[in-house]
Amino acid sequence: MSLTPDEVKAVAHLARLALDDADVPRYATELSSILQLVDELEKAPTDNVSPMAHPLDLSQRLREDQVTETDQRELFQEIAPSTGDGHYLVPPVIE
Amino acid sequence: MHDKSLRELATGLRNREFSSSELTRHFLDRIGQHDSSLNSFVTLCEAEAMKSAEAADRLLAEGDGHVLTGLPLAHKDIFCTRGVKTACGSKMLDNFIAPYDATVVEKLSAAGMVTLGKTNMDEFAMGSSNETSFYGPVRNPWDTDLVPGGSSGGSAAAVAAGLVPVATGTDTGGSIRQPAALCGVTGIKPTYGRVSRWGMIAFASSLDQAGVFTRSAEDAALVLQAMAGFDERDSTSLDREVPDYAADLSASVEGLKIGLPSEYFSAGLDDTLRDVVDQAIKEFERLGAEVREISLPNSGLAVATYYVVAPAEASSNLSRFDGVRYGYRADNPVDLEDLYKRSRGEGFGREVQRRIMIGTYVLSAGYFDAYYLKAQKVRQLISDDFRKAFESVDLILGPATQGPAFRLGDKLDDPVSMYLNDIYTIPANLAGLPGMSVPAGFVNGLPVGLQLIAPWFAEGRLLSAAHQYQQVTDWHRRVPGDFS
Amino acid sequence: MSMQGWEVVIGLEVHVQLKTRSKIFSGAATAYGAEANTQACAIDLGMPGVLPVLNREAVRMAARFGLAIDAEIAPRSVFARKHYFYPDLPKGYQISQYELPIVGKGHLEITLEDGSARSIGVTRAHLEEDAGKSVHEGFGKASGIDLNRAGTPLIEVVSEPEMRSAKEAVAYLKKLHSLVRYLEICDGNMQEGSFRCDANVSVRPAGSSEFGTRTETKNLNSFRFVEKAINFEIERQIDVLESGGKVVQETRLYNPDTGETRTMRSKEEANDYRYFPDPDLLPVELDAAFLDVLRAELPELPDAKAARFQSEYGLSAEDAAVLTASRELADYFEAAASRVKDAKLAANWVLSELGGYLNRDDLEITESPISSDALAGLLARIEDNTISGKIAKEVFEAMWSGEGDADTVIEARGLKQITDAGAIARIVEEVIAANAGQVEQYRAGKEKVFGFFVGQVMKATQGKANPAEVNRLLKEKLQG
Repeated sequence: MSLTPDEVKAVAHLARLALDDADVPRYATELSSILQLVDELEKAPTDNVSPMAHPLDLSQRLREDQVTETDQRELFQEIAPSTGDGHYLVPPVIE
Repeated sequence: MHDKSLRELATGLRNREFSSSELTRHFLDRIGQHDSSLNSFVTLCEAEAMKSAEAADRLLAEGDGHVLTGLPLAHKDIFCTRGVKTACGSKMLDNFIAPYDATVVEKLSAAGMVTLGKTNMDEFAMGSSNETSFYGPVRNPWDTDLVPGGSSGGSAAAVAAGLVPVATGTDTGGSIRQPAALCGVTGIKPTYGRVSRWGMIAFASSLDQAGVFTRSAEDAALVLQAMAGFDERDSTSLDREVPDYAADLSASVEGLKIGLPSEYFSAGLDDTLRDVVDQAIKEFERLGAEVREISLPNSGLAVATYYVVAPAEASSNLSRFDGVRYGYRADNPVDLEDLYKRSRGEGFGREVQRRIMIGTYVLSAGYFDAYYLKAQKVRQLISDDFRKAFESVDLILGPATQGPAFRLGDKLDDPVSMYLNDIYTIPANLAGLPGMSVPAGFVNGLPVGLQLIAPWFAEGRLLSAAHQYQQVTDWHRRVPGDFS
Repeated sequence: MSMQGWEVVIGLEVHVQLKTRSKIFSGAATAYGAEANTQACAIDLGMPGVLPVLNREAVRMAARFGLAIDAEIAPRSVFARKHYFYPDLPKGYQISQYELPIVGKGHLEITLEDGSARSIGVTRAHLEEDAGKSVHEGFGKASGIDLNRAGTPLIEVVSEPEMRSAKEAVAYLKKLHSLVRYLEICDGNMQEGSFRCDANVSVRPAGSSEFGTRTETKNLNSFRFVEKAINFEIERQIDVLESGGKVVQETRLYNPDTGETRTMRSKEEANDYRYFPDPDLLPVELDAAFLDVLRAELPELPDAKAARFQSEYGLSAEDAAVLTASRELADYFEAAASRVKDAKLAANWVLSELGGYLNRDDLEITESPISSDALAGLLARIEDNTISGKIAKEVFEAMWSGEGDADTVIEARGLKQITDAGAIARIVEEVIAANAGQVEQYRAGKEKVFGFFVGQVMKATQGKANPAEVNRLLKEKLQG
């Protein structure tokens, strides 16, 4: 499997990464070489093998429904790029 | 003092041979003297360290404290440290002052350890040479033209150079074991779930596991004991009692069945390194172990599997870095999309972007089954191989890498050859098994490591086997000439 | 425009906020209306290195819902990540369920206006976390993000495309709304967004078995808006098709001010969500014992309660349905009914008098100034002939305005009914004596005049005479 420059751009858009146009061909080459490495997987017979999502065969532990967190807005917003009136600010969100 | 083991330093503190403040000062001075040639630290916490050392001295004076109280430590910069910059090797987090401590940090601080600073690493732990760090590459103390391995390169180099007696690391595909091998130190990655992932910046959640670099297995046992344990903040944390690693160190290797996977000794392995491993095998046989060949038939697919699973999870985990709530934000975004794309495009380095794109691709509509689902199935096969192997052996032994450290820049432009560095370490991550790298000798004057893999939850067995080996060898005591 | 020749197909996706104390994956509070970002902890903010741990109560509530709609509860369900970039979604993904939701196929029974009943299939219900909110005013050219709501537990209830009109859709929605409140898993507050609906609407030529292209309309936060938006969408789609056009598959937004829907994003711009199992969470496994306990704890549900009200209290199907629409109303009625002889009397008073006053003052049943006990006290005075039904309305009004319980009002206002036959007889005789002309008319066969005499007696007793006794005595004395 190899990726065309257009496919690279589409993936970069999906991942919200701004790429320089000049970098796209190189990314296409590099990503294609990684996909070629990965294409080895095709060889493995995996009929009747169930996918393994997790190394441990355990089930989810459940937490009691208790409020344990206190307001730390000031601490958290000290490291925020842009805030106002307790809100995180971003360019206008248009729906 | 920097040539002493952690155990020896602890004894020294108890016996008032030196104070924690003196010890801390000594290591801070060594970092000041030597780190300019290594770049192993990205942040030093000098004032806080001296304060904790003084507090430790008060505790010790009263005869209180943990066995680790007053001993200096460094954390890989992937662990969140409250009030201290936690950048994870990335421009994206260059301005990130963590508002909380990782569980690992909390536990080791609670044990009284003194944090000297944060160590350099590959950006978001993605790399095998420590060259993808926003803060520049770390250099190998055995030869500063060479890489220390990665992604926990800073921690490995700092311990190897005696800048700190112990440093934490994380291992997603070999990021503890590979740099430990290339720097000639002991590195252990316990069973997945043994050490809490809370506050450890995620790369690939189903593979990431924290561990530690020390000179010896004995030291590793001491520190791992304090790091490990159930954490209710991590749903994947193991709710199992942590064995007494230190007490188990003396367990004999006599009768231990050790498996040598034929796949780990095939083409690609450096001949001299192979001789080194053979010598180590002989040592284990002399110690009474029974050695036999085994097969892990699907291990050849581990790298391919890993480069689907890890980027897929990484592309998801790294979606949160969007320039909205913390971290890097591009200047003057024209709109929301521009804010996202430029913050991420400018904040992440090339390797991280490559992996995000691969991960995004393998999860996207039309490719999910062929890549992600397929990789999950092969992952199951790889895990099953180990399960079967451990029905007949107690421990698996092989090389940690294919060869010794390579030159800076050698593999930087060829991602695939870089990825193949982790060919021997990745399988244990996919299966969630504990693995360890132990100094085993030299190739062309450069240290190489022996890898040990134990069944799930049996990192105690790894530590005792390594300890017994280190009782009859002194590879782990060798230090690079420039840093003696 | 006519709907002649078209069939409407509607499916609803309803987001039901679960009323847990803390969030689904963190210990932050879920209370509504807090100052921005004061209930958003490190986990809700998607800070680096944080991890989710699942809230037991959210799982319990979702399973409780599943049992109530007779659905299969998955013994093993899995959380997945749904990826898209949006500022109110801090991690860049929403933790949801995809392939293995906690609640499988179930159904809801609805009753239509003509009294007919239908069963609407529920495809699935899955657990997920809510997103935060964007605020568009007050920040100049920027938008403000408040993440207090981020991580609030939701179940998304997806119906089969089985509704055929806006009215059916509303009936389904009201039934669902009633059910989640019965189950005490959601406060049902639509204004605050605790119960939100997206409507998938398509039309097709009547008799066709294939579905038309559908649109999804978002942001429907009242029953009225749901009905209006769906009807708007039906008309719009029929117009498009009848004028030779094609309906575009897209997401639309309802504007309550204009009553119209407009394009939000088209399918081409639709996201590729890249779902995969969340590696930070393990499969949720529910055993039979857990479900048995939940099943045993289920309250009596609306349909069963309505059936019981009919058989136990002899109520009409319609009255029973209205009284059981909310659990609080049903409880109120039953509390009152249990203290009087005639349950129907209680039903009538709850539905007409009480209902009217609640409506007038825009109060919920739980806010009624007259408790069920107090109402029962009033009804008891009707039953023991202390007051007439007519006087009772006066007493009710006084009780509503806080003048005390029924006996206090009756006493204070001297409204006690005159039941003493001798006293009434004296008044009857006085009235007959004073109205000789009318007596003659009556005796001449003009029976209508009888009402005049009743009126006169009531007037003389200020309405307090027992009406039955008045009738009896008047008849007796007028016979002469």
